[in-house]
Order: sequence, then structure tokens, then C-alpha cells
Amino acid sequence: MKRLRKLLLALSIFILGGLLCACSSSKSQSTWSEDKADNTITWGVKADTRLFGLMDVKTGQIKGFDIDVAKAVTKKILGPNGKAKFVQVTSKTRIPLLKNGNIDAIIATMTITPDREKIVDFSKVYFAAGQSLLVKKGSNIKSVKDLNKTGTTVLAVKGSTSAVNIKKSAPKAKILELEDYAQAFTALKSGQGQALTTDNGILFGIASENPGYQVVGGTFTNEPYGIAVNQGQTELKNKINKALAEMRKDGTYQKLLQKWFGNVAGFNLKEASQQ
Amino acid sequence: MISVFQQHWQELLTGLGNTILCSVIALFFSLVIGSTFAIFEVLPSKFLRIIGRIYIEVFRNIPLLVIGMFFYVVVPQYVLPMDGFTAGTIGLTLYTSSFIAETVRAGIQAVDSGQMEGARANGLSFMQAMWHIVLPQAFKYVIPPLGNQFINLVKNSSVLAFVAGFDLMYQGDMIASATFDTFNTYIAVGVLYLIITLPLSYYMRYLEKKLA
Repeated sequence: MKRLRKLLLALSIFILGGLLCACSSSKSQSTWSEDKADNTITWGVKADTRLFGLMDVKTGQIKGFDIDVAKAVTKKILGPNGKAKFVQVTSKTRIPLLKNGNIDAIIATMTITPDREKIVDFSKVYFAAGQSLLVKKGSNIKSVKDLNKTGTTVLAVKGSTSAVNIKKSAPKAKILELEDYAQAFTALKSGQGQALTTDNGILFGIASENPGYQVVGGTFTNEPYGIAVNQGQTELKNKINKALAEMRKDGTYQKLLQKWFGNVAGFNLKEASQQ
Repeated sequence: MISVFQQHWQELLTGLGNTILCSVIALFFSLVIGSTFAIFEVLPSKFLRIIGRIYIEVFRNIPLLVIGMFFYVVVPQYVLPMDGFTAGTIGLTLYTSSFIAETVRAGIQAVDSGQMEGARANGLSFMQAMWHIVLPQAFKYVIPPLGNQFINLVKNSSVLAFVAGFDLMYQGDMIASATFDTFNTYIAVGVLYLIITLPLSYYMRYLEKKLA
């Protein structure tokens, strides 16, 4: 009995500690003034997503559309000497990392959703994606309707909107969520699911490297990508919005879009550049 | 943290159940497999000793995550299909069994060799002597390190989160990414792991006292 009481005590201390920490206030410094001081903006970017942000294992650098947009925005905001620092994030880690101040802004294929807007601030849309499906060539899944059967397994990535959308449009399908796109695609290859779902841009990136797979069914949701900053960092957000608008005006944006998506078969550039 | 429990108790309960189920299955089989290979290692047959050595060195020296991913993505592609829970549990069993084998072998070798010789002299076969005389004493010696292995096993079951095995950690990830409340979610998950491991560690300590 005495031992049990000790055990309960240990447990309650642990719980109490958690409650106390949760109540501590978050800091409210201006990210923008810090960035201006050290002439660097730290961006959270994906490193596993072809076309948007992919680690080039030979050079150790991350390359992609998100990276180029981030670099261009940094130059517009801080001037030609401004530095852009990149930190790898996944769908799961990006919001916590932004919240605890490890990164200043997220540009990582992140859809603007009402839920997310409650905890972070989004810039204007910089890429208009839509959710789609990737399947093995010759698969009998042609659109999202074919998924709505028991026994169908759909693969998605943790922390993305894709899983939530599938739950709505195909409630009977089972959803497995994996760590990142590389892992989710490996799981698709090894038959853990019949379809991989996420935004079309990402799927086209995977399909372009893997000829045995194709994107089907068109887009069945609108996924406007935005750049996220922590709540209350209005100054930084406004600077980013201004930079994005300038980029669209002077053609930098269109050039980048053409560079990354111009050669992707079946991809609609006009649709993606909608505001 | 309380609100995480209130709103997501169903997911957390499923996760807890799967973690316990996986741990119990892995614990049973890794104990059986581990003890078998431990006996292999002390057998007179050189061939079986080498087999035991290879098994232990392979699974002890590869990270658990690699073994789990192997069963999740490689085995289904070429051998037979299996879901994340099965793959993770098999990986965890093999990984833990190698450690248990090492622990039990140390226990067997700690038993005075006179015990075996005496049993054999009284007409018991090698296996009979092992089963009735040596192993019961060996297990008594290794209860503390075995307890460590069991607790490690429960914690290592979080490998299921990486292969979509719907365990506690996986559900925690789901809740955290749906509510964005990472802090409280992971605290809640930690508390639930404690609820499994603390009684286990106290039970092992009790056994140790009772049998010593």
C-alpha cells in the first residue's frame, strides 16, 4: 500500500509539472526586428518533397520551388545582401518549430486552413494546389470515389490536411499516416495501401521520378499554399505579402513557376498561379 | 493536459491498447526465442553455437527502426503482405529477443557448472538438466536485467508509430497534428507510458525481492 501511494505521488508530480509548464506565457518579441538585426530570415522548408523542397544528397543543399520563393522573398525584404537560412521541417514538426521560435516563417507546401489560421498567420496564396491521388499504373482506382469502399487503404502524411479531406470524401477507406512523403511512397510501393494522397504538385514530383506510377482523378479540393508566420508577427507578414506582390508584378514569380513546373506533364501552370 | 484526455480519450485508449497488446506479444515471443538462442549458445554443438551467435549479433546490432521498416516495406514487397502493427511487433520481438538471449546466457553461465555436472551424473539428459536444474536458477539471477529489457521493450514499442501501427505514439502524433497542442499531447502520452511501465518496474522489483 505504501508503495502504491509513492507511485501515485510520482505520477501526480509529473502531471502537475505538465500543467504548470503549459500555463507559462509565450514570449512576444518581434521576429522582424530580430531578422533585420542579423540580416537573416530562418525558413522552415521541406526536404523530402520533389519540386518544392528536396535535399540534394550530393551537395547537401535543399532545392525546390519553395526554396527559390523563400530566397526571392528574403532578397526583396532584406535587400540583395539578405541571407536566407533553411531548416528542415515535416508536416508534423513545422507548426511546433514555428511556435517555439526555431524558425521565423514556414514555406513548406502548407495549406491555408481555418484551423491553422487560429494559431499562425498566413501570407497571401503563393501556390494554388489541389489534392489528388497517386496510384500504380493500371490500378482500378480512377478517382476519389473509387476509394470509398471498405478494404481500401489510403496513405497520407502525418500532420497534413490530406488525411482529413479523405475522411470527408471517402469515409469508408482506411487511412494510414506516415512520417514523410518518401516513407509514404515506399509504403505505396510495398503494397501497404492502394493510393497515396496529397497535393497534386507533390504527387507530380513523385510521379516524374517513378514511371510506374501516375496521378489520377484530377484535383478534388483546393489547397492554397501560404507562408506562415507566428501569430502577432504582423510586420513580417506584411513584408512577405509585399514581396510576393512585387514578385508577381516583375515576373520573378512566373519565372520560378516555369522553372520548376514548366516541364511537368499534366500540370496546369495557370491554375497554380491563381491568387 | 486534462483536456487532451477529455477530448481524445478514445484515440488514446486505442493507442494504449495497441501498445499493451504489442508489448505482451513481443514480450512472450522474445522471451521464448531469446531463451532458445541463449541455450544454443551454451550447447556442446559448435554448429548451433555459431547459429546462436549470428542471430544475436545481427539483431542486437541493427537499430530497431531499421528492422521495423524492413518488415514494413521490404518483406511485404517480396515475401508476404503484413500491416504496420504486425511488422512492428515482429521487428520488436526479434530485436528484444537478441538482448534477452544475451541476458539469459549470462544467467546460465553464472550457475555453477557443478549443478549441470551433478544433474548429468544423476542420469538426466542435457535438456532435462537444463530445464529442471540450470534454467530456474539462471532466471533468478537475471531478473533485474530482464526487468530492464521488459521496460525497454514497452518503450521501444513506439517504433510502431513509424510504421502506422496505431500505437500510443502514433495516436499522439495524430492528436498533436490535429489540435496543434504538441506540448500537452506528448505529456499525456508520456503519462500513459508511465502507467504501463511503472507497475511493470515495481512488479519486477517485487519478484526480485521475493525470489532472491
